[in-house]
Amino acid sequence: MVTRLKDVDAVMVGMGWTGPIIARELTKAGLNVVGLERGPDRDPAEEFVIPRLRDELRYVQRLELMQNNALDTVTFRNAPAETALPIRRFGAFLPGEGVGGTGIHWGALHWRYLPSDFRLRSALAERYGAKAIPAEMTIADWPISYDELEPYYDRFDKLCGVSGKAGNLRGARVDGGNPFEGPRSDEYPNRPIKSGLGPLMFSDAARQLGYHPFPAPVATSSAPYTNPEGMILGACEYCGFCNRTGCESNSKASANITVMPALRADPRFSLRTRAFVSRLIYDKAAKRVTGVAYTDMRTGEEFEQPAGLVVLSAFVFGNTQMMLLAGIGEPYDNRTGKGVVGKNYCYQFEAGADAFFEGKEFNPFIGAPGMGTIIDDFNGENFDHAGLGFFGGGYINCASGGAPPIGGRSLPHGTPRWGAEWKAATAKWYRSVTRFNTQGSVYAHRDNFLDLDPTYKDALGRPLPRMTYNGTDNDHAMSRFLVAKLEGVIKAMGPTHYDLHLRPRNFTVVPYQSTHNTGGTMMGADPRSSVVNRYLQAWGAHNLFVMGASVFPQQHGYNPTGTVGALAYWSANAITTQYLKKPGPLVHA
Amino acid sequence: MADQAIARRNFMLAAGTAVAAGLAPPAEAQAVAPAPAAAPPAEPARAEPESWLTLTATEAAFVIAAVDTLIPADALSPSGSDCGVAAFIDRQLASAWGGGDKTYRSGPFHTGKPEQGYQLALTPRDYFTTGIAAANAWSRTTHGKEFDRLGGAERVAALQSWESGKAVFDRFSAKGFFERLLTMTMEGFFADPIYGGNRDKVAWKMIGFPGLPATYSNLVDEYHGKRYDAPPQSIADFS
Repeated sequence: MVTRLKDVDAVMVGMGWTGPIIARELTKAGLNVVGLERGPDRDPAEEFVIPRLRDELRYVQRLELMQNNALDTVTFRNAPAETALPIRRFGAFLPGEGVGGTGIHWGALHWRYLPSDFRLRSALAERYGAKAIPAEMTIADWPISYDELEPYYDRFDKLCGVSGKAGNLRGARVDGGNPFEGPRSDEYPNRPIKSGLGPLMFSDAARQLGYHPFPAPVATSSAPYTNPEGMILGACEYCGFCNRTGCESNSKASANITVMPALRADPRFSLRTRAFVSRLIYDKAAKRVTGVAYTDMRTGEEFEQPAGLVVLSAFVFGNTQMMLLAGIGEPYDNRTGKGVVGKNYCYQFEAGADAFFEGKEFNPFIGAPGMGTIIDDFNGENFDHAGLGFFGGGYINCASGGAPPIGGRSLPHGTPRWGAEWKAATAKWYRSVTRFNTQGSVYAHRDNFLDLDPTYKDALGRPLPRMTYNGTDNDHAMSRFLVAKLEGVIKAMGPTHYDLHLRPRNFTVVPYQSTHNTGGTMMGADPRSSVVNRYLQAWGAHNLFVMGASVFPQQHGYNPTGTVGALAYWSANAITTQYLKKPGPLVHA
Repeated sequence: MADQAIARRNFMLAAGTAVAAGLAPPAEAQAVAPAPAAAPPAEPARAEPESWLTLTATEAAFVIAAVDTLIPADALSPSGSDCGVAAFIDRQLASAWGGGDKTYRSGPFHTGKPEQGYQLALTPRDYFTTGIAAANAWSRTTHGKEFDRLGGAERVAALQSWESGKAVFDRFSAKGFFERLLTMTMEGFFADPIYGGNRDKVAWKMIGFPGLPATYSNLVDEYHGKRYDAPPQSIADFS
């Protein structure tokens, strides 16, 4: 039996990064808002404290903060002709669960996309000719420009207390920052965090080669900081435990510390955890959703929550699955190229290297994922692709990201993996290695997409999302190019030994690579080619807004969260200043 | 430092409590096997717990032999089991993780491609104990005795043949099992001692990992290129 609850003004499906942001903006506008989160509540004061937080086995290896695959997962295959099988425990990517979601355990690299990224198809056509874009490369322009989004990037920067150095302030080049970035309306809220020895050596070598190194922009505040919500962030302690865990010093931005305390104090907001939304209730004729159905995982009871406004703020897979199950928008068919829901699923194409310097002390356990130096010379349209045989690019990074002892050990290729010789090599090299990473773009391909699995179901009996994905020839060529450029810098650093780590031909779900999944409910200029409009409003349901990286048309050579947060503020502004005054489509198709 | 003041355990002292339970040969081998004390002579007395949470005596003997071969005693550290790695594995297999928590376990089950990851219905505990049985069966066929009763050089050669995939177990992946064994051994060696391995923080001392509390903001610049040394502290030191 389903219990029908009292109407509310708005309901959030998922309380990770974007759910709390939108909920906050809506309660400020006077709406009564319910936040539904299938995982537990996560209170930093209870959970992210020493000593319990400094537990690599629990958080990094056993994935304490991640989605519970016993209830829900994704099925995977490399190609449409194969049979997808469930990812029984996440590996390549690690979506989080609980209040704060994936925004708790991220590395907090905080980026904006390039102005040219927002008009990718047009930019490539103008520079190389429309025919140069392969037919199967289904990239698209964003339906929004960098300049339009900039004020919202700035807002999210300030919410998070991002540390960095501007390279372009209102069109004027600034020394020390990224010379390739779009114009910023303001400097970063905090100075860059400190650097490690490896990144300093990388910086010198890159400069010698004529590149343009700058400190990584990161949402870990370098000094105590009070954000516009009045929340106080601490200063980064360089503990080296950032990835896959929470932050003990409250310097790494998450919804839990930047927004949730304000929401919790707001009587217009109520949080329901362990509330697993099973479906959107869709009135196709009226082109609106009337609410959501969810199961209370504590009791097994089913509820219907009617709402005037529904915000889909789950992860990429959940957002796409919900749209497909509700029948909102035409499902994508890779054989015909028709349909939109599930189209342009993209990933991040990372590759990297280790360099060993005999006798040098890097103290690798001191660090933060953003404690690094970047060169952006080979990202997007920052360089000429004529004659290269691929499009896209990425940034190249040397970071002191921390080196927890189970997973943070590297040895020169060919060293035994156990026994006395392994032990001696581990004792010798643990402190004398520095690491590099290339954050490559993934340009959409016709045969990379999401749909519903015909066989496997989740704990609520719903078909699992099915992911069909493989690295494309284009993206492999892009990655080899980036790694070759990286190798040049490493050689200039003069290591005793180095190893390059290229991606294998086939994408595999086993080793961790990146949690940067994008696409499936892409935004666009019209309903034939996209699921949501420029305000993230569903074309098929005007009171449904879809948040997060599922709206990206493709993935660029940067971490996605900066753009995810900016888009949330951009959409919230459209909802509160336009939609609430006159509910209906904000863009007429 | 607090470390010295509250050092909890010293593996050398604990060595005196070594017991036979974990070293007992399998029942069918007992008639011909030498007494447990006649394990390879290079092995020091062990500090294993008297009772195991989940491992049988046969399984425990296997795990001790395996982790002592993967992490042999030398100047850098005591053997794997003396560092508590066998106890770690036992406890992990008995934990919620060992029972398959947070894992999608619905069928149908198909082998799939390696790119699709682990596809068996076995929990980590079931997988590990099935692997031990398969490895011991292989050892009996190849050498006429269980793995834990092989000599040191034979054990090394056996592990190498599993690692390379040269050895073929009966209906079980030797290579897959080896990878799980190696992963758990490394986890046990390097994890916080609260889980039973890394006794006396011996692995952290070996590599120079300071452990907790890891608040370095005032040290970052000073220690560029200069070794930062601190006696490691673990979760229990703060509890």
